[in-house]
Amino acid sequence: MSVAGHFIYWATIYLMVIGLFIVIARGNLIKKLVGLSLFQTSVYLLYIAPGKLIGGTAPIIADGFSVYSNPLPHVLILTAIVVGIAVLALGLALVARIREAYGSIEEDEILAAGEPAQ
Amino acid sequence: MMVATVTVLARSRNLFAVIVLSGIYSFLMATVLVALDAVDVAMTEAAVGAGISTVLLLGALHLCRSDEAKPLQAPWRSLAMAVATVGVLVYGTYGLPPFSDPQAPIHRHVAPRYLNDSVKETGVPNVVTAVLASYRGYDTLGETTVVFTAGIGVIALLRRRGKQREKDAA
Amino acid sequence: MKDDLVLRVVTKLFIPFILLFALYVQFHGDFGPGGGFQAGVIIAAAIIFYAIIFGLPTTRRVVPDWLVETMVAAGVLLYGLVGVTGILLGGNFLDYFVLGATPVAGQLRGIFWIEVGVAITVSGVMLKTFYMFAARARDE
Repeated sequence: MSVAGHFIYWATIYLMVIGLFIVIARGNLIKKLVGLSLFQTSVYLLYIAPGKLIGGTAPIIADGFSVYSNPLPHVLILTAIVVGIAVLALGLALVARIREAYGSIEEDEILAAGEPAQ
Repeated sequence: MMVATVTVLARSRNLFAVIVLSGIYSFLMATVLVALDAVDVAMTEAAVGAGISTVLLLGALHLCRSDEAKPLQAPWRSLAMAVATVGVLVYGTYGLPPFSDPQAPIHRHVAPRYLNDSVKETGVPNVVTAVLASYRGYDTLGETTVVFTAGIGVIALLRRRGKQREKDAA
Repeated sequence: MKDDLVLRVVTKLFIPFILLFALYVQFHGDFGPGGGFQAGVIIAAAIIFYAIIFGLPTTRRVVPDWLVETMVAAGVLLYGLVGVTGILLGGNFLDYFVLGATPVAGQLRGIFWIEVGVAITVSGVMLKTFYMFAARARDE
């Protein structure tokens, strides 16, 4: 339970919670999406950090290396990155349509507007 | 440095600055990932996070064309919730193994089998590609389908304007 | 931006190398970092680069809409076809061992084709999303 052993987890938690804070506390829709992608990126760090072995190398089998970092989190995170950008693309398309329907991308103004002006 | 970037991003209200800062954050994340020996992931994160993500955000910003409005009230409740989340998560990390511990459970069950047998069974030295394409190929099919669905969703959401313009012009 | 001479020349110089690098990343994904996703994103980035400098209508003539939409679907189809081929040749779905003369050759062939499928779909989707955003902005 040393500080050096857990420091990277705490840094990851700080990044994660700032992303979460941006999503729940800011009203601008594009900024919310950026906060969401920040949150996702910090989760990637959270997954890959435990896989690293100091003195190991990237998990590509080659002569001369015997210790490799764990490849399993890399695979999961590769999928997660691509899914994350799919979410971002779809979310931005939704924001563009909301802007056209309501005329603004601030959450408060959209909630106050009621019916969309087609 | 990443912590500083993210803090400035949270407080900044100019959306263009927010997007550029998120690109910087992605590049820094890619650098950290290389330091953690995750080379495949770093390349993907750099290309996707700093490249495509920034382009799409800029495209959306061009369509929306606004800056963030000043928040109406100070976000004390959200801040309290965020701090509480930090507390809970930090308490949770005490159960995690310390950084780079060879005896951690993550290194002892499936991973040694992949590392030892993947060249014999698949003939591919890059273990990440072998696991992604062969051992867990079904998951990659699902992921490709997710990307495909996102593409279809974007087409469905943003297509109608062209047809309406043709109808208006006709 | 297509009136700026420096940008035009540099773009025309760089884009072939970027596409070549994308192909390198795709096919060397077995031996170094890389693979289908990275290659697909780099291809899309190269064409978006071209679109930013030379404008969307020119890019639409070079890489037309029907091609991009076909690419979006073709990659997933290719992946599924590799899986179904496994069934037709006697194995399970997405079984690579039956695809070649020896199990290892079958694995290599299967991995090659599904990475190609992934790259095609990813580049198609990224490109189509960019086209949709840019076209929408021009209509306003």
